[in-house]
Amino acid sequence: MTDLLDRQKLSYIAAQAADARLNVELETEGMTLNIGPQHPATHGTLRIIVRLDGEQVVWAEPSAGYMHRGYEKLTEVRTFPQVTTLVNRIDWLGSFANEVPFILAAEKLMEIEAPPRAQWIRTILFELSRIANVSLFLGDLGVQMGAITPVFLAFRDREYVLNLIESATGGRFHPNFDRIGGLKDDLPKGWIDETRQVMKKLRNFCDEIEDLLFGNEIFQSRTRGIGVIPREVALQYGLSGANLRASGVDWDLRRDQSLPLAYDQIDWKVWTHPDGDSFARCWMRLQETREATLIVDRLLDGIPSGPIMAKVPRIIKVPEGEAWVSTENPLGEMGYYVVSKGDLGPFRVKIRSASFNNISIVPWVLRGVYVPDVITILASLYFILGDIDR
Amino acid sequence: MVRLSETTTETPALPGDGLRERIVGQVRDVIGDGLVDSLVKPGDDVWLRVRTDAWRAAGMALRDAVGCDYFCFLSAIDWMPSPYGRGEDDPTEPPPERDDTIRQGYTGGETRLQVFARVYSIDEHVGVTVKADVPDDDPVVDSWLPVYAGANWHERETHEMFGIRFAGHPDLRNIYLPTDFEGHPLRKDFPLIARMVKPWPGIVDVEPLPGDGEGEGSDD
Repeated sequence: MTDLLDRQKLSYIAAQAADARLNVELETEGMTLNIGPQHPATHGTLRIIVRLDGEQVVWAEPSAGYMHRGYEKLTEVRTFPQVTTLVNRIDWLGSFANEVPFILAAEKLMEIEAPPRAQWIRTILFELSRIANVSLFLGDLGVQMGAITPVFLAFRDREYVLNLIESATGGRFHPNFDRIGGLKDDLPKGWIDETRQVMKKLRNFCDEIEDLLFGNEIFQSRTRGIGVIPREVALQYGLSGANLRASGVDWDLRRDQSLPLAYDQIDWKVWTHPDGDSFARCWMRLQETREATLIVDRLLDGIPSGPIMAKVPRIIKVPEGEAWVSTENPLGEMGYYVVSKGDLGPFRVKIRSASFNNISIVPWVLRGVYVPDVITILASLYFILGDIDR
Repeated sequence: MVRLSETTTETPALPGDGLRERIVGQVRDVIGDGLVDSLVKPGDDVWLRVRTDAWRAAGMALRDAVGCDYFCFLSAIDWMPSPYGRGEDDPTEPPPERDDTIRQGYTGGETRLQVFARVYSIDEHVGVTVKADVPDDDPVVDSWLPVYAGANWHERETHEMFGIRFAGHPDLRNIYLPTDFEGHPLRKDFPLIARMVKPWPGIVDVEPLPGDGEGEGSDD
């Protein structure tokens, strides 16, 4: 990694020296550039103010808040079952995954656990939302660098996953399917076989993207050694998910904590990458999508039979207490700190979303890079505006 | 069968009574009576409460002595019960009597506002929640920026949402709210305007739940 850092520094020093030769008589004037709020690279409406010296960024500051919906305040006037409707909309590409940690936190406070079948189906839907989310990232990645084809492939194959989620839950984007104590419904007939087919298609999609993008010389030259985040910095800023593992940290909340989900029942692999550059982050997500399809396949083989709902009171009152539950969501660590006062609704919910931390590193990582690299670094950090603004 | 998903590093007894008790001890060794109270739920979680003036020292102790290298989040809690209840009052009726005693949660507390943060030790697979009281008359605590660089945005968010200032933070600009916004939305005495301008429809539009005849919640 130090090698890569040095390499990045050296290439910038060389470029600066070249600039200096060119600019002997042409003094560059500082310039402020607004990227966004409506730039395709901002996945919504994030505005990034960069101050440039020639082609180089000397200062960068993301300006969020265009989509702040105040969910932490709104949860205080909702009952526990109603909160899932809100938190569904935090990371809108992987909605189901947002519900799970909140429901788990409520279950922890109530000291109940969903029956095994519900836990397995939860895990399957969780991984399906990861695939739906990250496959769009893989397609979008090309667009940021001028390649149009991958995004069509991504939208085509993501549709299969959304259809699966829809047929199981009734909602394409906002399933609102998770309940305290289990799930709303059981899986429909034929769903398991169909899911196996779709997972094959998604693995093909990953292969296609790997051929089209990751082996591409332009893609590599624009991402390798660019935007290097060393391990210590990534941990200090609380980067999570693929961004953290791309910096060589072997940390995955699916494996490294005990939650009532089915991950410890099957065999799967946590990928890491030592480089910490944009390429590593993109590559990590490709591997994780592929791994997620395998996880789903293996989970489908072993779904236990039984009820999908534990015995819970019809009017849910959560005992007094505090609980923290976080899960490894498509974007990284998503957690809820739930404080209950024994009421129908929560007293306070602190929503810890992955993108907020992931994007807070932007001022650090953009310092000194060139303007075109801003876009690739932002793309590789992968954020969703709803997940920053909540 | 060797599982790929199994960790190569040895996890010191995840059902970690000993592990979490040790963390409490390590923090106490460094900050002494700065540690006011602690709560360990065996195999689940650990809470610490430190004195306001030991807030930064507690962060340093967690980072250096305990080895919590991963910064998760920092925020605050307003323990005052909301004077507006759940925003479901009938505006034509006089407001109901409400219990306005302030009761803090785990590890107690003396003030209305508390800051709390969570950090992880990646090597030992354990997370710690640490809290500190914030003085009511002058809500200032030390900034955690020298401890964890990632605290920057979290402190800015806490500042705008709760009105807590962080001494040593260079730039407490708003992240979400307009610069000239007045008030601190996540304080309990800040009304949720949407529930104020239009009465909650639940108070007039009550549908009986199916099976309501046989008494509510037969099993609760």
